[in-house]
Formats: sequence, structure tokens, C-alpha cells
Amino acid sequence: MKPSAFNYAKPSSVDEVLGLLSEHGDEATILAGGQSLMPTMNMRLSAPSLVIDINGLVDLSGISSDGDSLRIGALTRHVEIENSPEIAKHAPLIAMAMPSIAHPAIRNRGTMGGSVAMADPAAELPACLCALGAEIEITGSGGARKVAATDFFRGLYDTDLGDGEILTAIEIPKISAGYRSAFDELARRHGDYAMCGVAAHAKVDGGTISDLRLVFFAVGGTPVAAASASAAMEGQSVDDNSIAAAQAALEEDISPFDDLHCSATLRMHYAKELTKHVLTTLAAG
Amino acid sequence: MTQAIEQIQISAIVNGEKISRMIEPRLSLVDFLRNELELTGSHVGCEHGVCGACTVRVNGEIVRGCLMLAIQADGGEIVTIEGESDSGEIADLQKAFHERNAAQCGFCTPGIIMTTTEMLKNNPEPSRMEIREYLSGNYCRCTGYEAIVDAIETVATERKGG
Ligand SMILES: Cc1cc2nc3c(=O)[nH]c(=O)nc-3n(C[C@H](O)[C@H](O)[C@H](O)COP(=O)(O)OP(=O)(O)OC[C@H]3O[C@@H](n4cnc5c(N)ncnc54)[C@H](O)[C@@H]3O)c2cc1C
Ligand code: FES
Ligand code: FES
Repeated sequence: MKPSAFNYAKPSSVDEVLGLLSEHGDEATILAGGQSLMPTMNMRLSAPSLVIDINGLVDLSGISSDGDSLRIGALTRHVEIENSPEIAKHAPLIAMAMPSIAHPAIRNRGTMGGSVAMADPAAELPACLCALGAEIEITGSGGARKVAATDFFRGLYDTDLGDGEILTAIEIPKISAGYRSAFDELARRHGDYAMCGVAAHAKVDGGTISDLRLVFFAVGGTPVAAASASAAMEGQSVDDNSIAAAQAALEEDISPFDDLHCSATLRMHYAKELTKHVLTTLAAG
Repeated sequence: MTQAIEQIQISAIVNGEKISRMIEPRLSLVDFLRNELELTGSHVGCEHGVCGACTVRVNGEIVRGCLMLAIQADGGEIVTIEGESDSGEIADLQKAFHERNAAQCGFCTPGIIMTTTEMLKNNPEPSRMEIREYLSGNYCRCTGYEAIVDAIETVATERKGG
């Protein structure tokens, strides 16, 4: 379990990274927190000939507030996001999800950009970003472009990030007045990748739900927006009837799979139970 | 693959001592500590981040020694279980683990102690549930964890003068 040999570069600017990427093509791999890349290299599922360590790009790290949105640099570590008062205030959904991402030693290294670029179907952050209507900033030789999170995740470990591009930041709209978030997941061990999880964001007015966005993870190749279940709650208050209607609608939204951890039937059951939990939490405030 | 691999220099402070070596870029931090510096207290279990046996401190924060390249610690300050033990900062934890039989084969123990040191710094009065959550990334195949949680709880209580 040792990686195959590679050369190592530690550039200090985005331009240098782009230069190395265009020179070495798919022989080169970006190393951020390493918490997903290092295991795959150790297992030789990936064997780049050049590792481009972006940890010297200090400008890519940090959280800033910019009018109606928060900007999180790609290299910002999970631990910093977890402890950020700005995130807790303006993007509470992200704050709720952070403790479920792996374990403290891994959150000390893992980064926002790495989690998004990796696009693990069981990862929390991609689902949260879709629920919040976040945008992903990608920089290539032609400059920076922005993609909606909902368009960024295209398939199993497949994203809109092109060859020769680097993910530079995430922009999240600050939570609007009257909106609330809720988050829940089921994992065998605290910090493990979930067997099923959901991010929820909605307007709650005197107990009435509107503009609900329920986004599931670990039920498909990408984060899955539960459009029918979300629509079923429009203008409803949270009670046994509306919960049952949303749970029934969920059958149209997701088609879970069997794997090592649980069967498709059990996953669907979990999804329905989690729906009930997050709706109840949203209503309770 | 036929490319020539260049060795690179790493200089760091390990347990208070300046070191410098030429290494291959692919060398993990934990292999560097064990094989080049003969600091074998950090263990290698799974090599993919799951077991926590390789936990060490880099620039004040615990990390997985198997998921960081040694070269990434260049210019940094590394503390291993040997450093924590020599400085005396974990003497009470060592004593409590011994008395409560919280180390059996001992394979997980260095990683658990390194993780506990950080937890007690961030949260000096953890509940039993908080202890279990902070240690969720450290596997122990012997003790069943109960003795470990007991030992840590004892030390947390003693440190706040209880
Ligand atoms: C035991 C264990 C449990 C875990 N549990 C969870 C969990 O429950 N939930 C969860 O979400 N994650 C989990 N993780 C993964 C962890 O959150 C990683 O930190 C994260 O997935 C990847 O971030 P990273 O910065 O470490 O990326 P890296 O490992 O450095 O990179 C991952 C991939 O993204 C690419 N990449 C990284 N940054 C960029 C960039 N800026 N631009 C373009 N490409 C880039 C790399 O080339 C690589 O292909 C776990 C990891 C471990 C080892
Ligand atoms: S050897 Fe590093 S976590 Fe298992
Ligand atoms: S004491 Fe043996 S693994 Fe923990």
C-alpha cells in the first residue's frame, strides 16, 4: 500500500498551477487536503506522474463576506468552516453538516474545494451547496467562470471541472430572512460516509413551508434534488398528513441502490424517515 | 513509467529537534517518521485514513500521518507520541490508561493519546458522548472503548481539579 513514484511541485500562484496542468495534462493531479487523493494513491487507484500541491496558494484559503453572499476559498479547511461564526450565521446548513464530515484529524486537512472537486456521491457538502443555490468558481487559462452547484455535479465522480482547470472558490448566498435549514444523515459510525442523508432549506412562515429544497446524498451518483417531495410541501404546515404526502412523493424523486452497507429498500426507508426529521426540525425552528 | 524521480530535501523540527533529509516525494509522513527517523511510536494500520493509528501533530494540529506526504511537512513542526511522552504533557493520560487497562495490545494507543491531547485542549470538559465522537476516527480492536473513555474522563476531571 504505497503510492507509485511521482514528482512533486509546489506552485505559489494559480497561474503556475494552470501552466503545470497544461504542460503535463492528465499525468498531473492537484493535491489539496489529500484526504481523498492520498488513499487512492496509496491503493494505486490513481498513479499520477506529477503531484501539484496547491497548499502554497494562500490566497485560495479563507472565508469572506461579500454583500449578499459568502465566498469560501477552495483551500479553506473543513475545521475552519466548522468553527467560523460567519458560516454559522449566514450559512447555518453548512455549519450543521460539518461535524458529520469524517473525523477531527481529517477535518484539519480536508478542504472545501477538494470535497467539491471529488464529488463523492455520499459527501455532505455537494448536497448542501445544491440546496443553498451555491455557485462554484472555476479558473482556467481563459479566466474564471461560475457554475451553479446543481449543474456542476454531473454523474458519479463526474463534474463540470475540465482538464486544465482549477476550482478556486465557492459562493453561497447568505440565508434570507424567514428561511431555515435542517440537516440529517445516517451512518454506521459517527464521521463515516453516510448510508443516506439530506440537506433541507425552506421559508418557514408561522409554521407554513414554502420554497422547500430537499437534496439527498448517498442515494444516487450525484446529489439528488427531491423536487416532487419539495413541491408537495408548498404552502403546507408540517403535520402527519403533509409528511406522509411528501414521503409518498419521494418515490418519484429518488431510486436508491443496493450496496455493501444497505439495501435499496432500507435506503428508501431511511430517506423517508430523514424527510420526517428535517421537516419537523424546520417547523420547530 | 520512465520519468526520473528527483529526491527532495525536507527540513523540519521533530519533537523539538531540527532534522534534514533527502527523500522521495511519495514518502508518507508516517513512513518518514518510522523508517528515516526511527520514531516507531506512530503506527501504520490501514494507510487510507480509517484507523487513526498514524495520528501525529503538525504545526499544532493532529493529522493522519498516512494521508500527508512527508515533504508537505517541510519547514513545519512535528510532534509524535515520543515527543508528547518525553515532555511529560501526557503523563496523567499514560497513568490513567495503564490503571484502567485502556491499552491492551497498544497498537491504537499512540493515535488515541494524540487525538485525546487535541480534544482536551479544545474541550477540557467533554461528556462521554463527546469523547466518543472525537475519537470516532480511531479504531481499537481490543478494549471495546469503554475503558478508554473511562481513562480520559478521569484525566479530564483531575485536570480541572476534581
Ligand atoms: C476515513 C475518511 C472518512 C471520510 N469521511 C467523509 C465524510 O463522511 N464526508 C465527506 O464529505 N468526506 C469524507 N472524507 C473525505 C474528506 O472530506 C476529504 O477531505 C475530501 O473529500 C477531499 O478534500 P481534500 O482537500 O482532502 O482533497 P484531495 O484529497 O486533495 O483531492 C481530492 C480530489 O479533488 C481534486 N482537487 C482538490 N482540490 C482541487 C481544486 N481546488 N481544484 C481542482 N481539483 C481539486 C484532486 O485532484 C483530487 O482528485 C473522508 C475521508 C477519510 C479518509
Ligand atoms: S494508518 Fe493512517 S489512518 Fe490507518
Ligand atoms: S489496545 Fe489493541 S487496538 Fe486498541
